[in-house]
Amino acid sequence: MYGKKVKLRLLFLSFIFLIVCLSVFLILKSLEENVVYFISPTEIKNLSEIDNKKRIRVGGMVKEETIQLEQNKVTFVITDFKNEINVTYSGAIPNLFSEGKGVVAEGFLNDRSFFNAKKILAKHDENYMPPEVKEALEKNK
Amino acid sequence: MTSTYLGYYSLIFGFILSIILLFYSIFCLKYNNKNISQNIYSILFLQFFTVVISFISLVYSFVVSDFSNETVYNNSHTTKPLFYKITGTWGNHEGSLLLWLLVLTLFIFLFIIFSKKQPTKYKLLSVFFQQIIISGFFLFLLLTSNPFNFLFPVPNEGLGLNPILQDPALAIHPPILYLGYVGSSIIFSASLASLVQNNINSEWAKHIKKWIQTAWIFLTLGILLGSIWAYYELGWGGFWFWDPVENVSLMPWLCLTALLHTVKVLEKRDLLKSWTLILSIATFSLSMSGTFLVRSGILNSVHTFANDPERGVFILIFLFFLIILSLLLFFIYQDKEDISQKKFFIISKETSILINNWFMMYFLSVVLIGTTYPIFLEVLINEKISIGPPFFNKLIIPFLAFFLIFMAVGPKLSWIRDNYKKIKYSRIVLFCLCILLSFYLIKNTSSEILFTSIIGGAALFLMFMTVNEFLQKNYNVSQIISHFGFSLFVLSILFNSLFSTEFSLNMKIGQETTYKKEKIKFLNIKTYDNENYKSLIANFEIIDEKNNIISLYPEIRIYNQPNILTSEADIISTIFFDKFIVINLLKGEKIFNVRYQTKPFMIWIWISTCLISIGGILGIFKR
Repeated sequence: MYGKKVKLRLLFLSFIFLIVCLSVFLILKSLEENVVYFISPTEIKNLSEIDNKKRIRVGGMVKEETIQLEQNKVTFVITDFKNEINVTYSGAIPNLFSEGKGVVAEGFLNDRSFFNAKKILAKHDENYMPPEVKEALEKNK
Repeated sequence: MTSTYLGYYSLIFGFILSIILLFYSIFCLKYNNKNISQNIYSILFLQFFTVVISFISLVYSFVVSDFSNETVYNNSHTTKPLFYKITGTWGNHEGSLLLWLLVLTLFIFLFIIFSKKQPTKYKLLSVFFQQIIISGFFLFLLLTSNPFNFLFPVPNEGLGLNPILQDPALAIHPPILYLGYVGSSIIFSASLASLVQNNINSEWAKHIKKWIQTAWIFLTLGILLGSIWAYYELGWGGFWFWDPVENVSLMPWLCLTALLHTVKVLEKRDLLKSWTLILSIATFSLSMSGTFLVRSGILNSVHTFANDPERGVFILIFLFFLIILSLLLFFIYQDKEDISQKKFFIISKETSILINNWFMMYFLSVVLIGTTYPIFLEVLINEKISIGPPFFNKLIIPFLAFFLIFMAVGPKLSWIRDNYKKIKYSRIVLFCLCILLSFYLIKNTSSEILFTSIIGGAALFLMFMTVNEFLQKNYNVSQIISHFGFSLFVLSILFNSLFSTEFSLNMKIGQETTYKKEKIKFLNIKTYDNENYKSLIANFEIIDEKNNIISLYPEIRIYNQPNILTSEADIISTIFFDKFIVINLLKGEKIFNVRYQTKPFMIWIWISTCLISIGGILGIFKR
């Protein structure tokens, strides 16, 4: 019915279409798996269920006089002036990490009040506050 | 004072020249002179000259610390060393845009000089399109980010430059990267000009190829410099973080690399005209949107100097204008390719280049989605998310194996048509051997051994194939060196990520610890006062199994203006590994957070990237 050329071209087009579909599917799938949500301590308190395999970011202020140093870990409290969460972290600490300053920690929740951080995000300047933290703090004022 | 006036008026004069050129080039086009008028050359030179003057006057204001200039006040300080006073000129938003403009005007001037043999109309049109871009940037600079604003009363002292930008690598990173970005603007204008003139053919491809290569080399080197800087300055010990600001420079690079290969097909076979055009439009649009994302404050990074929505809106409107303009021209002037006469066979060099393009487009879309998805989500439903390295690694690395295999086999095929019978069994055997070899090399590492050995094997395969080609007579030097560089690049990243070790600990002075058969001693810490910072230099000793002692001196700098701490890592590089140590200040000045890493083959990542660009440089000078 159709010539050989047309058939070949159709085959080729459907091949491309398949590849495009496949790659879109792959991208969306791994997007779903690898997205890291930003949550404030108050939002954690209000979570209906806790998934301790899901990576999240928690941001707020480091509460005054809560940083405790040990050999290979640091514990501190992140607050948004309404609710708090205890954080344990072992690993490199950025220079501007200190009490009374904004912080963003990435890691996993143990339960509603304990957070196990895998990474503390570096900031580049004293006055800089991650916009997420700023907003979270403003919400609770 | 005077230098500020001089700079400002010279900018305005440059803008007027740009408007004049817009009309003049149209005028010349209508009254078709056989030769391009000498006036065009003079005006172009004059325009370049005005931007040079205004750039120099800004540099001068920085050098003499003239705080009556707002830009200088915001970004400089009298105690800053002279070198950083000068480089601070482009370490801020206004100054860096002035640099953009400088490079833009320089490039069009050089372009006109170096394309003497091209048709007059084509050159005039290129000037016309480039002047649209240039006048847009003049307007942007004058309206939203004037580097020559006055401050009154004149402050005594400036606010200083962000210390992490006070670094030699960052002094040359922006100019080099801009040469790459702006180079893509020339490709854009030239492609539109030749589209309107309907002379997209192999002659044109031969001429534009050099410009594509130039832009590509600068872009590669610019990204490399940024990466090296991130490695030693940010203190995480990595060289690529899939951070949005890095991604926006990678996107035009991927597009430009695709273009670099496609233009070859256009040159040799006179095929893929529309595709070449689309790629050149896309490359420039990506460069522009990169600037938009970085400058508008949407992405948070070192590059975001000021969060001014007005600027973002201006660039966005300008970007849309350029994209719509180019798409309109594309649909009006697009010339139907006569495919029936030129056959496209499945096994040929053309196909292999097309396959390269598909891979590039796939990588590009992954990076594009990963970078823009969080922005869209935030704008649309106000949900804050971030997309980290796992997303990119998962989607890009598996495809790298196929990409490497095609990269090894593709260049061996001949143009037009090759046949199945030439498939050599020796190559298949070689490939299997490579996989076995890489399996042997990495068998002691833990995870996903099969997967990593396939990638390692594919990279080795590419490496052997390029070496093999090098030993034969008839070869293309630039392609071989670049491809060889790429295989080395993949291999060194692979080994680097597999064999890197790292530990971090909070240590006191005098403390000693053992990590993986290495003894790490924190000996002492000394304080020095420098002109604009105080530095704490620690001394560490690392003693390995064979009692070799390595001393490392990581440093913490406490800058006085602005009051910021930075950590300067100490790195010892050898051809086999890098020893990387960085300390951070914790409570008081007694306990330090120490991060110690051994990173194998780190230096080869830089060397291989240099090889990739050397390939490009050889390509320019070939014949």
